[in-house]
Amino acid sequence: MGGRDTDVVLLDENGVRCDGRRIDQTRRVEIRAGVLRNAHGSAYIEFGDNKILAGVFGPRDVHPKHMSDTDTGILRCRYHMSPFSVTERKNPAPSRREIEISKVIKEALEPSLMLEKFPRTVVDVFMEVLQADGGSRCAALSAASVALADAGIPMRDMVCACAAGKVADTIVLDVNNEEDQAGQADMPVGYMPNMDRITLIQLDGVLTPDEYKRCVRTAVDGCRQVYEVQKKALADRFFGGGGKEGSGDGA
Amino acid sequence: MVHKTIIDELTRSKITKMLGDGRRADGRGMEEQRPVRIETGAIPKASGSARVFLGNTEVVAGVKIQPDRPFPDVGDRGIFICTAEILPLAHPDIETGPPNPAVIELARVVDRGIRESGMIDLSQLVLEKNKSVMGVFADNSVIDVDGNLFDACSYASTAALLTARIPKWEMRGDAPARVEGEEYDAPVTTIPASVTMAKIGDSIVVDPNQDEWSVMDARVTITTNSDGNVCALQKGGSSGFTYDELVRCSELSVSVGSRVREQIRAKGAAVRGDG
Repeated sequence: MGGRDTDVVLLDENGVRCDGRRIDQTRRVEIRAGVLRNAHGSAYIEFGDNKILAGVFGPRDVHPKHMSDTDTGILRCRYHMSPFSVTERKNPAPSRREIEISKVIKEALEPSLMLEKFPRTVVDVFMEVLQADGGSRCAALSAASVALADAGIPMRDMVCACAAGKVADTIVLDVNNEEDQAGQADMPVGYMPNMDRITLIQLDGVLTPDEYKRCVRTAVDGCRQVYEVQKKALADRFFGGGGKEGSGDGA
Repeated sequence: MVHKTIIDELTRSKITKMLGDGRRADGRGMEEQRPVRIETGAIPKASGSARVFLGNTEVVAGVKIQPDRPFPDVGDRGIFICTAEILPLAHPDIETGPPNPAVIELARVVDRGIRESGMIDLSQLVLEKNKSVMGVFADNSVIDVDGNLFDACSYASTAALLTARIPKWEMRGDAPARVEGEEYDAPVTTIPASVTMAKIGDSIVVDPNQDEWSVMDARVTITTNSDGNVCALQKGGSSGFTYDELVRCSELSVSVGSRVREQIRAKGAAVRGDG
């Protein structure tokens, strides 16, 4: 039961949400690729008030060695929140929530990567939430996928992510922090747009079977919007912002 | 587990081959759950308890209820916490030590299903607003592993909670005090039922056993409430689902879940005053 008492009007009579968005609108999303010097691949995402860095290392030797797999490379993910990322200071030690999120993000990225090309190695993905708003796991996952592409890891597809939810008895796209606290349901979704596969999905809150279907479809629409931002970030990184036509200039 | 054995490979090829012919290795139908057996009241020192068999998976759950401080942001609600542990005696591969991510996920998914269903009306467990509330702890111990611990733990905690008797406490001056000899049924609003489905190749099977669990590509656990609405969901495993598959899984979770719910409800009816 996510619904908590609140004075905030989550959805007014004109279908405008507490932060001024329509029900089918995401917050502002911006992604930059290649923001770190030492990481093999990296990305920075601002998703509403989320500010998240993702850094990728590898494929590289596995430590501890017993974790390595002779058939395939392995993926390790760490989603971590900085102590200053939330209103009340967060203990820097990884919480159970962060451990679970790290696990579901890992399992969301794995189907997109061709790690079987790199047996006995590991690809490490580190996601640091510098400032958290609602939907940080989706933002972190979207950034991580861009960072993996930036690192040149062979991929079948990108993974883009966005949440949908139920607020004031309405299915809305991209639940923000207030809506998450006071809303009725939150469903983060990670999606491979070209393979048409949902690789991350969670839900808390009550939905009727019909609302459930609409919620999944709404979230997938949001994922496709994030995918466009991801592509732009990679185009800016490798083609100097000019798209494909800019890539040959000056050579 | 990162380490794959030859046996896993052979098991996988056998299971996938049989699923291709529409059969499961243990003879079940694709949408057939293993037999569920529920015994309640096994641990008299707990306020509520249950021992659940899901096929050969076995879980003991106990509910302890005691006064506690409320969470600062919800001072008008009691506390509900559900945990799960796989005991080292449950399987040769289980090691002692801090819980690994898989066990943390297990506990959190079981907790979420029951919490989000609103099974326990926590607003009825307040002794003094913002100061003292009742805390309800449902702790699961897995004692024999044969796959799908999610559903086994979920049924065990739900049955333990439904049959729990809450000891009566009241505020005396500044501190809560036990009203000796008085207890009441847990304030239950709905009975959640979780159903876990595995995707193996192109097949979806309900309630994967350990062999199926070790070779599956992905899984999804969906909890529904007594109204047949979805209240929690968790996808796991290193592959993805299509939209159509997720819709089908939600329909399966409603139909399979309703049968288990009746079984759990019958256990409650035998014990509870409200029948």
